[in-house]
Amino acid sequence: MKLLRELLFPLAAVAAAFVVGAVLILAVGDSPVTTYTLLIGSALTWPDGIGYTLFYATPLIFTGLAVAVAFRCGLLNIGAEGQLYIASFVTAWVGITCAGLPALVLVPLCFLAALAAGGFWGAVPGVLKARFGAHEVITTIMLNFIAIALASYFTQYHYKPPGDALLETVPIGENAHIARLGRFVPGFPERIPLNLAFPLALVTCLLVYLFLWRTRWGYQIRATGANAEAAQYGGIATGRQIVLAMALSGALAGMVGINEVLGYRYRYYDSFSSGYGFTGIAVALLGRNHPVGVILASLLFGALLRGGLFVDIFTEHVSKDLVLVLQGTIILFVAAEAAFRGPFGRRIKGV
Amino acid sequence: MSDILIVALLFSAVRLATPLLLAALGGLFSERSGIINIALEGLLLAGAFTAATVTHYTGKPWVGLAAAILAGALVALLHGIACIQFKADQVVSGTAINILFLGVPALLSGALFASTGATPQLPREQLIPNLPIAIAFLLVPVTWYVLNRTPFGLRLRAVGENPEAADTAGVKVSRVRYAAVMISGALAAIGGAYLSIGQSSLFARNMSAGRGFIALAALIFGKWRPVQTMLACLLFGFAEALSIQMQGVSQIPVQFIQIVPYVLTIVVLAGFIGHSRAPRALGVPYQEKR
Repeated sequence: MKLLRELLFPLAAVAAAFVVGAVLILAVGDSPVTTYTLLIGSALTWPDGIGYTLFYATPLIFTGLAVAVAFRCGLLNIGAEGQLYIASFVTAWVGITCAGLPALVLVPLCFLAALAAGGFWGAVPGVLKARFGAHEVITTIMLNFIAIALASYFTQYHYKPPGDALLETVPIGENAHIARLGRFVPGFPERIPLNLAFPLALVTCLLVYLFLWRTRWGYQIRATGANAEAAQYGGIATGRQIVLAMALSGALAGMVGINEVLGYRYRYYDSFSSGYGFTGIAVALLGRNHPVGVILASLLFGALLRGGLFVDIFTEHVSKDLVLVLQGTIILFVAAEAAFRGPFGRRIKGV
Repeated sequence: MSDILIVALLFSAVRLATPLLLAALGGLFSERSGIINIALEGLLLAGAFTAATVTHYTGKPWVGLAAAILAGALVALLHGIACIQFKADQVVSGTAINILFLGVPALLSGALFASTGATPQLPREQLIPNLPIAIAFLLVPVTWYVLNRTPFGLRLRAVGENPEAADTAGVKVSRVRYAAVMISGALAAIGGAYLSIGQSSLFARNMSAGRGFIALAALIFGKWRPVQTMLACLLFGFAEALSIQMQGVSQIPVQFIQIVPYVLTIVVLAGFIGHSRAPRALGVPYQEKR
């Protein structure tokens, strides 16, 4: 019964968003049925549709988890985008500078780089909030721009292959590559970039679940999120929880670098993210800030990203921007749900 | 650097500050009433698209500007309904609107003009390169006056600082907040119109390119006050002008100049230079007593 209730509202929000989308599709002169058939159908074909859906879902699982962990501590991390950029660049940097190391050392080192760089970029707004009271929404927005600019600077001035027209770094060492799933799954071609980062994302969901609900640290984070004053009264150092939650959140967002750099492009590519950090907010909200919900919501948004490309090409008028419309509408409906749960006032300072 | 270059730089700074100022003043109305508005980016885009499209069909830029103002107010109303009626988390609602209006204008212009999310080029005589600049800078004293010298301004500040007290004194908290949020959308949309039918001559996908967030930064840097916010916008506009001017000329990478507004905002927020205090009731939904 409880599960049904938990599922009911997210499903209603998705349905409502598809209705809004249908109105827009009709308005521009296409058929909603054809468009939606194309959108969903092209995400479910074997092996390409499903392969790419899972590939697009992978970064969303990481960013969705990132936003969810922060949410559980009462924080809104809009900075996943910046955290994943910094982490991806640093991952590539380690993959380039330590290219000579054997795979058994280099791959874990690159993983560590992704986690550490993302974690650091997340911890900064955590410290700014805990120590100076600067609101995390604004600082993370600002840090997004700073991260993108920094990564772009280092790429352009220090790691770009000479004469390359694209803004990207030189390739990472081959020992840093992680395998594509095509190598293990019969009938699944290796050209599809779905790689080991996907099973890693699923394992990470389990770990995050265990951390949040089965450890003392997780409990303290959730207690801080549920009622900071009560938590403090109960002897929890809430400032430390804020920093810890933001660092963890940043590290999770940083894991996008594993999928992007080590499993897909094998280099850092400027402005590669199609808003994964922001879609992560939608994923977390729709998934009710729970790891299982995050997986389900990521699959939905992954499918939309995949299907959007086909809508772009094969419909008369509708473009892949339809996916943004659906995404925005879903967030709006899920956000408005507060009215049905009674008032929840998050005290906000400095926005 | 020669004098001519400096004058050109200053003019360019004023032009680049204009959309920031309009969006920031919009944000000021909303936030002083207690409603966080991080939807400025989406509002800029909604305004830019509407202005360019309506000007294209009517051939009259002032009709385009008026339509943009209306569109901005309506989109902001959406934010208002979510935040005031449904007590949605204001940051989440703002994020939703930003994503939604990254998509809607691009989708519509793609469909209307069979393009990749852009509107057709407008002829030079259908552009308004100066009017929005005048509006923006005139709005600074107007905003100051409205905020500090009119009954509406008093109510607006009251619901942003202490809605309970305002409610007890007979102020309709929701109504004032709706008005403030819609003004916010209208002003930001003028900024958007300036982008499409002032600075350039068409709407292009995501043409605001983060200016809504820089405007938000300017608003915080300016401590939610009109004159200080204007100075912050000019500073950020100058930084942008400088980074354009120095492209390829100077040794300093443009990226370092681009991040100046963001770094300054963090510094100010953390209280390293002065302290920027938000309106007391910012972000807190209010339930009126019947």
